[in-house]
Amino acid sequence: MDSSISVKNLTKTFKGGLVAVNNISFEVPKGSIFAFLGPNGAGKTTTIKMLTTLLHPTSGTLTLNGMDPVKHPHDVRESFGIVFQDPSLDDELTAYENMFFHAGLYGVPRSETPAKIEDMMKFVELWDRKDSLVKTFSGGMKRRLEIARGLLHTPSILFLDEPTTGLDPQTRNYIWNYIKKLNEERGLTVFFTTHYMEEAERSAHQVAVIDHGKIIASGTPASIIASTGTQNLEDAFIKLTGKNIREQEAGGIDQLRQMRQAWRGGRK
Amino acid sequence: MKTNILYPIYILWLRQLKRYFRSKSRMIGSLGQPIVFLVALGFGFGSIFAKAGGGNYIQFLSPGIIAMSIMFTAVFSGIELIWDRQFGFLKETMVAPVSRMTIMFGRTLGGATTATIQGIIVFIITIVIGFRPDIFAVLWGLLFMFGIAIVFTAFGTAIASTMEDMQGFGLIVNLVNMPLFFLSGALFPLNTAPAFIQWIAFINPLSYGVDGLRGAFTGVSLHLISTDALVITGITILFLAVGAWLFSKVEV
Repeated sequence: MDSSISVKNLTKTFKGGLVAVNNISFEVPKGSIFAFLGPNGAGKTTTIKMLTTLLHPTSGTLTLNGMDPVKHPHDVRESFGIVFQDPSLDDELTAYENMFFHAGLYGVPRSETPAKIEDMMKFVELWDRKDSLVKTFSGGMKRRLEIARGLLHTPSILFLDEPTTGLDPQTRNYIWNYIKKLNEERGLTVFFTTHYMEEAERSAHQVAVIDHGKIIASGTPASIIASTGTQNLEDAFIKLTGKNIREQEAGGIDQLRQMRQAWRGGRK
Repeated sequence: MKTNILYPIYILWLRQLKRYFRSKSRMIGSLGQPIVFLVALGFGFGSIFAKAGGGNYIQFLSPGIIAMSIMFTAVFSGIELIWDRQFGFLKETMVAPVSRMTIMFGRTLGGATTATIQGIIVFIITIVIGFRPDIFAVLWGLLFMFGIAIVFTAFGTAIASTMEDMQGFGLIVNLVNMPLFFLSGALFPLNTAPAFIQWIAFINPLSYGVDGLRGAFTGVSLHLISTDALVITGITILFLAVGAWLFSKVEV
């Protein structure tokens, strides 16, 4: 089967020696929903940043739709959409303006822009709020708008970094319905991370579990549950990654920032 | 989809203008300082300045205050970069299929335009207070206003690219802005000032902005207007290059 995302022996070492991602390999088949799971600080966000051109790998190869993000960042950026872990909308603009500016940055043809915005905003049921400032939106509405925005330039891959964190069960359910519909009706490949294991179990076709920068299990949710001899993905996840609570470790870049700040502070 | 470069620049420019016109408090709040300077200094020192043979002080001071308000607004527009980084919007632009250079240009152009608008508002206020510029020179004046705006927006963006917190940015900017303003010839004529002040003014980009603006509006200037324009253009290119380089290193 064709792969949307192909990762081989990918490693990211930050200055200072921190190995955030350690020689990982995986394939995401075209048109599938892929869950990338792991405890805090396991290397999920670093991996997503490498896949989405925000970070360069230290070694290894990766391709998105057959293209190398390091060599062809602009082509790769046009071919994926992303919903970041933290909100990335402009609160001072209206929902429509956020969509319009995205279209402009992504080179969506101007003649098609209004129709596309309307289509996507209707899809996430926010069309009637198009002229409201985003700062008046609830967390769930912002997420839906971000999903609509991420899909505006008709990418073939959608990255979702913890798309449902902090949302109530109704909204989570809603969002997953959208995502599945997109996957089924438009053939979209979805790559997502989450801490809600039941979401991955219910929605993902393929799962990879990363811990301490290494992939420790991958396959279908059912195969991972079976291989660990557990009842559900949550139990399987805990069996694989241990029961200890992880400190909310800062990501690699945050750690670098802290080091830099400490170093600067020491010179004063 | 092949994006042309100008449209994303326009989009980023438009975003900043929309934000500016929506934030009435920012617009009105930043008028306070120039008005206080104009009224307190202009009327307070006016008679002394005239007695000392300097002529009409409002006529002398107004270009300096216009330049000051543009510089302050322009440098402070760098805070939007820190703001965008903290609230996530910067990431949205960083994964868009446009180069960092384009993003930097769009942002700088947007910040510079809002600073120029701010300068135009102050210009109108100075006329109300009694400033009488040469009306045929207004176009020249506008060019200098935009020049000052570009230089200091690029400067603010450069500083903001290296900083993470807004408080720190505010402190650093004040540390730099105040001496640049006081030693630019905005408040007193430089040709009669002590030599060390003249030397500082010589390397102060704002002094060329103030001088050029004053020359354009009132016909009285220290250097030739063309010299001022040339220096401003040179500094613009330098600051844009430094700003772009520092911005290219920003991590999100």
